[in-house]
Amino acid sequence: MVVRLDQVGLRYGPSGEDEVLRGISLAVPQGGFRWLQGPSGAGKSSLLRLLYLEARPSRGRLSVLNTDIPIAETRLGRGMLARLRRRIGVVFQDFRLLPHLTAFENVALPLRIAGRPEGQVRADVQEILAWVGLGRRRDAHPQELSGGEQQRIAIARAVVHRPALLLADEPTGNLDDAQAERLMQLLREMNRLGTTVIVATHNAALVRRHPGPGLFLDGGRLVGDEADGYHEPE
Amino acid sequence: MSRSDRAAERLALAAEAARNRALRPARRDDLGLRRALSDRLLPFLVAAMTFLAALTCAGFVASSGMAARWRAGAAAGIVVQIPDPGAPAADGRHTRRAAVLARLATLPWVASATPMSEGALADMLRPWLGDSAANLVVPLPAVVVLRLTATNPLPPDAAATLDTVAPGTLIEDPGLWVTRLTRLATSVQALSFLVLLIVALVAVSVISVATRAGLAARRDAIAIVHLLGATDGFVAGRFARRIGRLCLLGGLAGAVASVPVLAALLGLSAPFEAKGGPAIPLELGALAALPAVTWVIGWGTAQVAVRRWLARLV
Repeated sequence: MVVRLDQVGLRYGPSGEDEVLRGISLAVPQGGFRWLQGPSGAGKSSLLRLLYLEARPSRGRLSVLNTDIPIAETRLGRGMLARLRRRIGVVFQDFRLLPHLTAFENVALPLRIAGRPEGQVRADVQEILAWVGLGRRRDAHPQELSGGEQQRIAIARAVVHRPALLLADEPTGNLDDAQAERLMQLLREMNRLGTTVIVATHNAALVRRHPGPGLFLDGGRLVGDEADGYHEPE
Repeated sequence: MSRSDRAAERLALAAEAARNRALRPARRDDLGLRRALSDRLLPFLVAAMTFLAALTCAGFVASSGMAARWRAGAAAGIVVQIPDPGAPAADGRHTRRAAVLARLATLPWVASATPMSEGALADMLRPWLGDSAANLVVPLPAVVVLRLTATNPLPPDAAATLDTVAPGTLIEDPGLWVTRLTRLATSVQALSFLVLLIVALVAVSVISVATRAGLAARRDAIAIVHLLGATDGFVAGRFARRIGRLCLLGGLAGAVASVPVLAALLGLSAPFEAKGGPAIPLELGALAALPAVTWVIGWGTAQVAVRRWLARLV
């Protein structure tokens, strides 16, 4: 399993405040696709944070890309986590582009961090920028781009290094319908090629147009997992 | 795979590496550190500290040199001064100078007694009296340099022995003042070392503060590259490269600024050198090493500060 959670809990800070995730157990296999759904505050972003290794569980057992992630109090190998993160692509809700870098440099960042040869970096970045329709905006800085363009740059950055696990937090929030469809085609294509994809969204229409198994969160608990034949409550 | 295939593969790899080097921007700034870490304040502070360090190093070297010369002077021998050397001695048959030399030749604790020429005497006085030292109207004493035998110290009645031959003859035993001056020089050296240590600690503190300011300014960028899989070494390396470069610039500026000051001190101290050379040796090698030292301090401090800061991230 690329992603496996077993009774995972998450609380922020050491003071023992209420858990934002409680007793989550789920599994997503290699090449799986999941919609992550639930109302605001349900814990979708927190679950994604666990999966892209920005947070560690406070209890339970978490495995990402077949690697066990120890709970927060345990010392861990930082190099190992860094290597693991390089195999994960993330589309953040707020894009998280670096404002001092051009669109090209933002997209090139994962490849350069991974130490890929510069020739390959240039070729791959040109290709993915052309794919998201921003080949001519490669030298623009994020503040010179519209919200939709910034989101497409964020998507390009998430997929340019062909991650094994792709996580997206409301990736269509700033896109028009045509761009959203195009993004979904990209995510489906990557999924077809073997990438495990988890997409958190509020967009019910998008889910209807692209049906797939869903994970339903509410109040920090997993209340539905369609992969287990357990469907969203009415 | 044949040898020619392997050679062709190696050539292809080398060509690709060269192509990659050519493609890579000369000064990539992924974290935006050029703006976050200004190239003005930190180099200025480092330059000021390098300037202080250069002067302190000069003080250290000068005090070492003076102590060495004082010790060499003490080892050179005991000085006997014979006032009015041409006048008749107590025996009335010889001059006072000749009588003292004859008496010294008979003493068991004297290994050698060498009279100093008038020219050498004038050279010795030149730092204080200038060129007029050779043409003084006042009579100068005769000076004899004694070396003691290895087994005998200077006896307590040595001055009295010579006084009976030529009254007023003085024996100067440099042991006491050399001990005191050497102690003074050692204290100056210790103080210089302490000042250098304080300057280095202040430098480390200033660089730490600058690094933390840079980390605060680029907190978001660091968090993003961290999530993209950057290792601590990747982030710390970029900070260390930028901070090291700024410190090197400051170190060069401070070292260059110290040259005229050290040259002026050399000029002031030159007359006190017996052979006309500088009393403070200009240690150009040490001066050239100062910018390298500032680079090492900057690079190392940035590495430690950034890695400690990154440790708080998951």
